[in-house]
Amino acid sequence: MMAIREMDAKEVTRKVMNKKELFILDVRNEDAFSDWKIEGENLTHLNVPYFDLLDGLDEIKDQLPSDKEILVVCAKEGSSIMVAEMLSDEGYEAAYLKGGMKAWSEHLEPVKVGDLADGGEMYQFVRIGKGCLSYMVVSNGEAAIIDATRMTDVFIDFADSLGVQIKHVFDTHLHADHISGGRMIAEKTGAVYWLPPKDAEEVQFSYEPLVDGNDVKIGNTTINIHPLYSPGHTIGSTSFVVDEKYLLSGDILFVDSIGRPDLAGLAEDWVGDLRETLYERYKELSDELMVLPAHFMIIDELNDDGSVGEKLGVLFAENHGLNIENEAEFRSLVTDNLPPQPNAYQEIRKTNMGKITPDEEEQREMEIGPNRCAVR
Amino acid sequence: MSFNTDILLDAKGLACPMPIVKTKKEMDKIESGQVIEIHATDKGAKADLTAWAKSGGHELLGHEEENGVYIFWIKKG
Repeated sequence: MMAIREMDAKEVTRKVMNKKELFILDVRNEDAFSDWKIEGENLTHLNVPYFDLLDGLDEIKDQLPSDKEILVVCAKEGSSIMVAEMLSDEGYEAAYLKGGMKAWSEHLEPVKVGDLADGGEMYQFVRIGKGCLSYMVVSNGEAAIIDATRMTDVFIDFADSLGVQIKHVFDTHLHADHISGGRMIAEKTGAVYWLPPKDAEEVQFSYEPLVDGNDVKIGNTTINIHPLYSPGHTIGSTSFVVDEKYLLSGDILFVDSIGRPDLAGLAEDWVGDLRETLYERYKELSDELMVLPAHFMIIDELNDDGSVGEKLGVLFAENHGLNIENEAEFRSLVTDNLPPQPNAYQEIRKTNMGKITPDEEEQREMEIGPNRCAVR
Repeated sequence: MSFNTDILLDAKGLACPMPIVKTKKEMDKIESGQVIEIHATDKGAKADLTAWAKSGGHELLGHEEENGVYIFWIKKG
């Protein structure tokens, strides 16, 4: 019997980013698998629930590769260990995903996006299992974080490893698909927590109101962060221009899609704001700005280095959502045929307002599944 | 909710995959048409037991939650 190997989410992430081949036997039930799975260009999937394998592997043997490693995946890891052991007993090379899809949902992979003019740096944290993107702007010993996820230690440890102090934490809007770590990071580090006031009318904590023209400096030199009021996904949605080089577009504009206006309940009212933001306010910005969104939807949006981003000029040429001449057609795209809403999005919004405080296990459950913040 | 139960399985505190592994073992002891009642605390048990019962040709008669304990009644097919 060969020993089974534990593969962690970081190793799977590197395989996905490097476009490596990997055979995945996903033993969750069929509904869970069809809703959400590990995505990658060169991954091969076989979904057979673990409870259909309790009598042995005979029925799936003809679908399993005998010459390469098989990664067994389940929700938490227990069933995948059982099935990996069964595979190993039969002579297969088997590994299981440490922590299962829960760990996959929570893994953050930091990727350096580029340098800033004064020697600072822009980092993107790719939450590959859920499609969330967070950012850290670093300059001269100080850092700002934008759209942090609830895995706050990752950001704090990363800042420590760079020897920088977190001074400002921003959310571009009140998130509906994931629980923000912004307030927690600010509490732990003494940083200032900024929120757009129009999204924050019901929040139960104090924050610094983020409004247009209110520049924030990071470091001794001038890395200006210009907030740009950009309603549409939510009424308060705010974009940032950092160092005249990067446009952090929140959930307004993605690489291959645009934001959906319905998650705070007012699709019909906000569709006009969304169009104005995309077709007028963004149009006035430099085509050379690198758009760094708060999400990606499909794995094809990852660049070769694992980062997600594209020049604004390219998006105006290629992103379907930016090229709909007819206003009625645009209205129809973002209000009809919307994808299903994210799991537990109402509870997530309440959590981000501080109205409810679920424990960590409940927060995990609320965030299970894909983010679904976009329309294509 | 309650049903005439032929066998009771206490799977409280067990994590996936054990609730289903144990349920399957207990099912082997009863006849077609008899009913097993399962008590579990694993949150994943609901979706998995439902799907498992369906794929095995068994009938999930009902389920309920009481103080964090999920109770299932499954009739053997």
